[in-house]
Amino acid sequence: MSYSDQSHLFRQIVMDHYRNPRNKGLAKDPRGYMTVRLKNPSCGDDLTVQIKTEGEKILEIRQQGEGCSICCASASMMSELLEAETISEAEEIIRQFKLMVQAEDYDAEKIGDAVSLQGVSRLPQRVKCATLGWQAAERGLKQIQKNRSEGRADHHEGAIEADVDKEDEHEI
Amino acid sequence: MCEEKLLTADGRSVADIRKDFPMTEAEENGHPLIYFNNGATSLKPECVLKVMDDYYRHYGVNVARGVDAIGYKATHAFEEVREQTARFIGAKKASEIVYVRNTTEALNLVAYSYGNQVLKEGDEIVVSAAEHHANYVPWQELAKRKKARLVVAEPDENGVVTPEILENYLSDKTKIVALFHISNVLGASNDLKALAERTHEAGAVFVADGAQGIVHERPDVTDWDLDFYAFSAHKLLGPTGIGVLWGKKELLDQMPPWQFGGEMIDQVDIYDTTYAEVPQRFEAGTMPIAEVLGMGAALDYVDSVGYDFIRRQNEILGKRMVEGLQAIGNNTVYNPNNYANGVIAYNIDGVHPHDAAGVYDREGISLRAGHHCNQPTMRFLDVQSTLRASVSFYNTTEEVEKFLEVSKKAGDFLDVLF
Repeated sequence: MSYSDQSHLFRQIVMDHYRNPRNKGLAKDPRGYMTVRLKNPSCGDDLTVQIKTEGEKILEIRQQGEGCSICCASASMMSELLEAETISEAEEIIRQFKLMVQAEDYDAEKIGDAVSLQGVSRLPQRVKCATLGWQAAERGLKQIQKNRSEGRADHHEGAIEADVDKEDEHEI
Repeated sequence: MCEEKLLTADGRSVADIRKDFPMTEAEENGHPLIYFNNGATSLKPECVLKVMDDYYRHYGVNVARGVDAIGYKATHAFEEVREQTARFIGAKKASEIVYVRNTTEALNLVAYSYGNQVLKEGDEIVVSAAEHHANYVPWQELAKRKKARLVVAEPDENGVVTPEILENYLSDKTKIVALFHISNVLGASNDLKALAERTHEAGAVFVADGAQGIVHERPDVTDWDLDFYAFSAHKLLGPTGIGVLWGKKELLDQMPPWQFGGEMIDQVDIYDTTYAEVPQRFEAGTMPIAEVLGMGAALDYVDSVGYDFIRRQNEILGKRMVEGLQAIGNNTVYNPNNYANGVIAYNIDGVHPHDAAGVYDREGISLRAGHHCNQPTMRFLDVQSTLRASVSFYNTTEEVEKFLEVSKKAGDFLDVLF
């Protein structure tokens, strides 16, 4: 595929996720979901992700929020990719996506439609937009595992609200 | 177009003065930079950079310490700017000028030092629904500390707080009224003289956030009979890290210090300390000396250009931006009547402001997308965020035309990715 064919295809994928977002809208009853709301106070992006798990398996991901096309399309792709995966598979997919937007080597096989956002790696000022939904999912999955390791029966549900974290900052 | 005829107070054209600003030569994404984010901070003229460089190269020592000649020179220059600033804003005394970091720090100083002292439970503080967070959150916090009430005045449809509107929110419990001079989102201008008069009739003090105002209109704090006026140098061609709190001497005199340490003391005994007079009482520790000197050069530069020129050039550019955007028709302008200060808040219809900003950025146009540190105004407009193009007097009509061309293409926002 030539570069222009590929970019044409990628553009269609991004636009499709932006205009027809997958898994959009939050569950009316949040019981049974890990709900994570992440905000980027510097730009106003505000995204909520809900994850329903059973044991190791992700049964459902919902997402809803306010943000630019990159933020919203990316969250839609995330929700589609992670659904039906195991928690550890999902974490690997998130890791690969982050590598891609940070212009590092990554495994394109793992991240499906989200490969269409590879152009973000040239736009460092938009990396936070692209990763907001993924960070929310990552936080939720971490919390579920933490709860489980503490032996909590309700480990798979809860609510987290935070500003976009800075854990991607380079350690000094 | 018109700008050929428009000349500065010292007889120069826009093309001439652009040469004073090194960043007018800058490039962004392979295009000449078009800087339309002047509401965030201004570009700096060469003379400001030179004054700061000279200080560090030739007399870069601390002020108000010791008796050496070089220290005297630095101190003298540092205090000269205080006098110059006082003259610039029509203050009666140089001692009414307190050096601070920026407008935010100036307003916090008033909220802590003055507010903590005078406010009692049940008292009221009036702000407007169009304040920058710097003139909103400090008062919100003060109200919480003192169990006072924050009263939020709704501006008119143009974003202006008229004296008549203010009157509706004043009561015998009002102790402080804090309002913007010019709005950072809607470009609306408040008549501070009339607002201060109404405030005083109600027995309260009037605090003005001049961060955007002083960029467009010279305040006359004495004639307008204000009580406090706050501004930052960096929006007015000066360096970052220095700003001014002006306060009436009799008010500053009764205010306790809010930060403690060197330079602000009178006598330090073992268990107690008496404090220096105003303004040093509020200037703890070594101040940003080079920045103070840079601010002095910036004020000189503003005088050489003249507020008349600044106002007229901003109005020409602002008017063309609003008319041009309205002619294109793919957008919503939120302040179609307040373009005179060169600040235009708008959105491209159906396009998130960050997506649109990415299109402008790709063409070398730097503007602001977001809530502009002004969520109260976003609520007032009932939007999440907007684009804001804010011009300055060194911007050109050619730049505005390019901006309008790019505005037509802002719907193709995914281009930035490919």
